[in-house]
Amino acid sequence: MPAVQETVERVKRIDVDQYRYGFETLIESDKAPKGLSEETVKFISEKKNEPAWMLQWRLEAYRRWLTMTEPTWARVDYPKIDFQDLYYYAAPKPKKTVTSLDEIDPEILKTYEKLGIPLREVAMLEGVEPKPGEEDPARRKIAVDAVFDSVSVATTFKAELKKAGVIFMPISEAIREHPELVQKYLGSVVPTSDNFYATLNSAVFSDGSFVYVPPGVRCPMELSTYFRINERNTGQFERTLIIADKGSYVSYLEGCTAPQRDENQLHAAVVELVAHDDAEIKYSTVQNWYPGNSEGKGGIYNFVTKRGDCRGNNSKISWTQVETGSAITWKYPSCILRGDNSRGEFYSIAISNGFQQVDSGTKMIHLGKNTSSRIISKGIAAGKSQNTYRGLVTAHRKATGARNFTACDSLLIGDKCGAHTVPYIEAKNSSATFEHEATTSKISEDVLFYCVQRGLSQEEAVGLVVNGFVKDVLQQLPMEFAVEAQKLISISLEGSVG
Amino acid sequence: MALLEVKDLKVRVEEREILHGLTLTVNEGEIHAIMGPNGSGKSTLSHVIAGKPGYEVTDGQILFKGEDLLEMAPEERAAKGVFLAFQYPVEIPGVTTMNFLRTALNAQRKARGESELMVPDFLKKVREVSKSLNIPQDMLKRGVNVGFSGGEKKRNEVLQMALFEPSLCILDEMDSGLDIDALRIAADGVNALHSPKRAMVVITHYQRLLNYIVPDVVHVMSKGRVVKSGGKELALELEESGYTQFEDAA
Amino acid sequence: MNVAVAKTGSGRAVSDLFASAEGRLPGSPSVIASRREAFETYERLGLPHRRIEEWKYTDLRALVGEVLPLAAAPDAAALKRAADAVKAHAIAGARKLVLVDGVFAADLSDVRALTAEAGFRTLRETLEKDAGLLTTASTDAVIALNAAMATDGVVLSIADGAQLSAPIQIIHIATAASASAFTRSQVVIGKGARATLVESFVAAGAKAYQVNDAVIVTVGDDADVAHIRLMDDAPDAVNVTSHFVTVGANVKLNFFNMTTGAAVSRLQGLITLAGEGSELSANGVNLLQKTEHGDTTLVVDHAVPNCVSREVFRAVIDDRAHSVFQGRIIVRPDAQKTDGKMMTRALLLSDEAEADNKPELEIFADDVSCGHGATSGALDDSLLFYLKARGLPEKQAQALLIQAFVGEAVEQIADDGLREHVIGIAERWLERRS
Repeated sequence: MPAVQETVERVKRIDVDQYRYGFETLIESDKAPKGLSEETVKFISEKKNEPAWMLQWRLEAYRRWLTMTEPTWARVDYPKIDFQDLYYYAAPKPKKTVTSLDEIDPEILKTYEKLGIPLREVAMLEGVEPKPGEEDPARRKIAVDAVFDSVSVATTFKAELKKAGVIFMPISEAIREHPELVQKYLGSVVPTSDNFYATLNSAVFSDGSFVYVPPGVRCPMELSTYFRINERNTGQFERTLIIADKGSYVSYLEGCTAPQRDENQLHAAVVELVAHDDAEIKYSTVQNWYPGNSEGKGGIYNFVTKRGDCRGNNSKISWTQVETGSAITWKYPSCILRGDNSRGEFYSIAISNGFQQVDSGTKMIHLGKNTSSRIISKGIAAGKSQNTYRGLVTAHRKATGARNFTACDSLLIGDKCGAHTVPYIEAKNSSATFEHEATTSKISEDVLFYCVQRGLSQEEAVGLVVNGFVKDVLQQLPMEFAVEAQKLISISLEGSVG
Repeated sequence: MALLEVKDLKVRVEEREILHGLTLTVNEGEIHAIMGPNGSGKSTLSHVIAGKPGYEVTDGQILFKGEDLLEMAPEERAAKGVFLAFQYPVEIPGVTTMNFLRTALNAQRKARGESELMVPDFLKKVREVSKSLNIPQDMLKRGVNVGFSGGEKKRNEVLQMALFEPSLCILDEMDSGLDIDALRIAADGVNALHSPKRAMVVITHYQRLLNYIVPDVVHVMSKGRVVKSGGKELALELEESGYTQFEDAA
Repeated sequence: MNVAVAKTGSGRAVSDLFASAEGRLPGSPSVIASRREAFETYERLGLPHRRIEEWKYTDLRALVGEVLPLAAAPDAAALKRAADAVKAHAIAGARKLVLVDGVFAADLSDVRALTAEAGFRTLRETLEKDAGLLTTASTDAVIALNAAMATDGVVLSIADGAQLSAPIQIIHIATAASASAFTRSQVVIGKGARATLVESFVAAGAKAYQVNDAVIVTVGDDADVAHIRLMDDAPDAVNVTSHFVTVGANVKLNFFNMTTGAAVSRLQGLITLAGEGSELSANGVNLLQKTEHGDTTLVVDHAVPNCVSREVFRAVIDDRAHSVFQGRIIVRPDAQKTDGKMMTRALLLSDEAEADNKPELEIFADDVSCGHGATSGALDDSLLFYLKARGLPEKQAQALLIQAFVGEAVEQIADDGLREHVIGIAERWLERRS
C-alpha cells in the first residue's frame, strides 16, 4: 500500500472518539428554567446581582435578537437549533460563599486537575522551572480564571495582580465593582446589534473574564481563562472584555473543553479587546471543545464573535488560535485598525477531522494611516471534515499607507475532506499595498518516505510534517501553550501519538 | 559474513518489469559499486531495498543479516541498519534539521529497544560530525534541506549516516549535481565511516566518484540485471569503453 | 427582502419590459411560453444586489437601477453606422458575424465564407423549432432575463477535425441609445478541431445602452481553441455577459477577456473542465477610468482528474473607477492530480480608485496542487523615478510601466496577430487617460 494511503487509513481509524477531555463531572447545579424569554434574561441578571443598567442593556439586546435571523453564509451545515430547548444558565451550586480555593467544590477542582489546569498557585509555581539565563520566573506565572458552565469558579494570583494595578476578575464581579469601566467599554467593539450570536450573547451572557491594564503597566504574568461546559443541554455564553490602557501590555490565553455528549451543545461567546495608544494585547486560544464522535454525533457548536479595536495610535493586537475541537466552528477574530500606525495580527491553525466543519478566519479593517496587518493561516483537513478559511482585508479611503500580508495554506489528508479559501481583498486607496497568497496541497509521498527511511513511523512522519507546516503559528504561542498545542495537533490527527 | 543478499529479484512498476532477476551479495566491511547506464534499474534496486512504496516485488528475496527485508516496513529496515542516501533529498519546511535528526535517531533507538540519547551527548555528537563535514551550525537550525545547495543536501545525508550508524549504506548517485570540491568533502565523509562491520553500496553512472570512494567489487547493471562483476579495474574499463558492450549481454 | 420591485426608478412597471417586447420576440408559441416563465423568474428575483454573494461587489440595483426597454430593430441609418463600426473594429482576415442592436445583420457578415468551413444559423432560426437554447442550469436573474428577452445570436458548429483557416469574429454593435440588446449564442467545437473565436462589443454612436449577452460553448476532445473577448463599449454603457464553457478531454483552451469601457460591466464565466488531460489558460485585463465599474468573475470547475488551469488577471484602475475580480477554482471529489493556479494583481493609479479581489479555492480532492496569489498597490515609485531620471515624462513613464504590467496577462494570448490587436486597444486606452 502506498505510504500516503496507509496514513490515510490510519487517520481514518483514529477519529475523534479519542477525545481526552470527554469526562463529565457530577455536581449539583443551579439552572435557569429551560428556554429563552425576558424572564430568563431577568433571572440571569438577578442571579448575578446586576445593577439596573445592566439588565436594561441585556433586555435591549434580547428584543433586538428577536428580530434577527441566523446567518447562513458560512460553509457549515447543521440542523436548525431550537433556542427554546436550551438552558441559558447553569451554575455549580455553591455550598456557601466562596472566599478561597479550599471552599470550591472538590469535584470542580478535580475536573480542572484532570484537564491539567492548575488552579492552586503553589502547585503551579512548582511546575515552572525557568532555565538559567531565561526570563524572570515571576514572568512565567500564569494567573488563571476558570469558568465552569456559566460561572467563574476561581481566579488565581489576584493579590499579586492587584499590586501591579491590573484588574483580572470575572466579568460578573467587574460589573458590580468597576461599573464605570464596564459601562464605558462593554459593547463598544462588538455592539449588541452586531450579529445574531453576539446579540444573543449580549442578552444572556453569564460570566467570563474582565481585564484592565492601567497606563504604562506591563502585566507581570500571563493571564488565562479555562472554559468548561459541563451541564447537559446548556449553552455557554461567556463574555470577555480586555482593555489595555495607554502604553500597557498584556498577554491572555484561553483554553476550552467539554464532556463527550451525544447531543450538540451551543457555545456563543463574545470577546472584545480595546488597545489604547502604544498598548499591545496578545490573545491566544487553544480551542478543544468536544468535536463529536466518529459518526459525527454530538459536539459543540462554536459560534464566536471576537474583535479587537486598535483604538489608539501605535497600538497592536495579535490573535493566535489553535482550533482542533468543536463540531462546528464559526469564528473570525478581527482587528479594527483605527489608530494611526496600529498593527493587527492573526495566526491560526485550524485542524478538522471526523465530521467537523470549520469556517474561520479574520477581518483586518484598515481605517488609520500607515496601519499594517499580517495573516498566517494553516488549515489541515482530514477524515470527512470541511475546513474553510474566510478572511477580509480592507483599506478605507483614508487609510493611506495601509499594508497587509496574507498567507493561507491548506493541507489535505485523505480524499473525503475539503479545504476552501475565501478571501475578500478590498483596496480603496492607491497607497494600500496588499499581498495575498494561498496554496492547497497534500503531504508529499516523497517526504513521508524520506522520514520513514530514517526510522520514523508513518504517524510520527505525519506528525512531524504537520508540525513543520504549522510552525510559523505555533511560534506565536506562549511556550507552555505551544507544547500543549503541539501535542493536541498530534492527537487530533493521530490519536495514539503523544 | 553476508550482510545483504539479493536473490533473483524481480520488480515491477506499474505493470512494467524493471528488475528481471537480480542477484547480489554484499559482505560486512565491503564497498560495492553498482554502475550502469540510465534506466538499467540501479535506483529501483536502492528503492526496493529501502522499501519505497510503488514497487511490486513479483519474485525473489532480499535478506539482511539473514532476515527477510521485504517483510519489514521502511522504518523497521532503517532501525535494523539500512540507510539510503537519496539522490534527491527532499525539503521539509518548518522542521529544523536538528529536530529531525533527534526525532529520527530516537525513533530508531526506541525501535531497537535502546534508551534515548541524552541531549548533551546528542549535541556533542552532531557538532563533531557536522564540523568534520564542514556543515555550519546555522544550517542545522534551518528546515531540513530547505534552501540547501546540492552539496549541502548531500553533506546532510552523510551527516545522518554518521549519526545513525547504519550497517549498510546505499549511496544513490551521490555525485549528481556536485562539483569536484563538494564531491570530495562528501566522499571524505563517507570514507571516514567505512569500518569492518559496515558495508557500502555506491550507485553511480560515472567512474569519477570511484576515484574518491574506492570499491572492493564493481557490478555492471544493464536492463535490470547484474551483467558483470569484478574488481575496481572494471570501473576503469567501463570509463574507457562505455556501457554499450554490455547491452547485448543483457 | 424586497421581492417584487413592481416599479423601476423611473416609474416604469418591471413587467412592461416583457409586455412591450413580447410581440417582437422570436419563437414559436411554446418558446414564448418558456420566455414568459423565465421572465417571471427574473421578476421574482429582480436585479442582483450586494446581498447576493456572487454579486457582492457589483450591485446592479444600485449601479444600474433599471433595465432599459428592448431596442428597436436597426433601420437603414443604423446599419450604415454599424458598417463603419465594423470597419473600425474588424480583425484582419477574420470571418465576421455582426449583431446590431441584438439583431443579426447578414449584409455586414461573412456568412458565405464562414459556411464553407463551419455550420451557421441564427438563434432566431433555431427558436422557430424549440426553446432548447434558452435553457441553462443557472439560477442567476441576469441569465433568466436573457432567456426571456434574447432576440438573436449566432449558432455555430465546427465539425470534428476542422482546422479553421481564419478567426471567427462576432461583433456586437450598439446603435440605439437608451435601449437594451439581448443576445444569446452557441458555439460547438468538434473533436480535434482547431478554431479561434473573437467577440467584440462596440458602440456606433449609441449612448447609455445596455447589453445582456450569453454564450454557451462546448469544446470537443483534443480540440485546440483560442477564445478572445474584447469589451470595448461606450463609456456610459452597461454590459453584462454570461459564459458557460464545457471542455472535453486533452483540449487546449486559451481564453482571454479585456474590458476597456462601459460604465458598468461584468463578465461572469463558468468554465467546466469535464474531460481529463486538458489545459486551460484563462486570462483577463480590466482597464478602467472615470467612474467605470468593471467586474470579471470567473469560475474554473475541475470536474475530472489530471487537468491544468492557469489564470492571470490584471486590473489597472484610474480616477474613481472600481475593478472587481472574483476567481474561484473548484476541484471536485475525485478530480485528483489537478494543478490549478491563479494570480490576480491590481494597479491603482489614483487615490480614489478601488480594487476588490476575491480569489477562492474550493477543494474536495487531496492529491492536488492549487494556489492563488493576489496583490494590489500603486506604481512602484523607484521604477518611475528610474525612468524619469532617464528622461521620460511622468505620463510616458507610467504608460510604459502600465504596459509592462498588463503585458503579463496579454502575453498569454498565443496568436501574434490577435495579441497585437489587443495591445492596440490597450494603447488607445492609455492615450485616453487625461
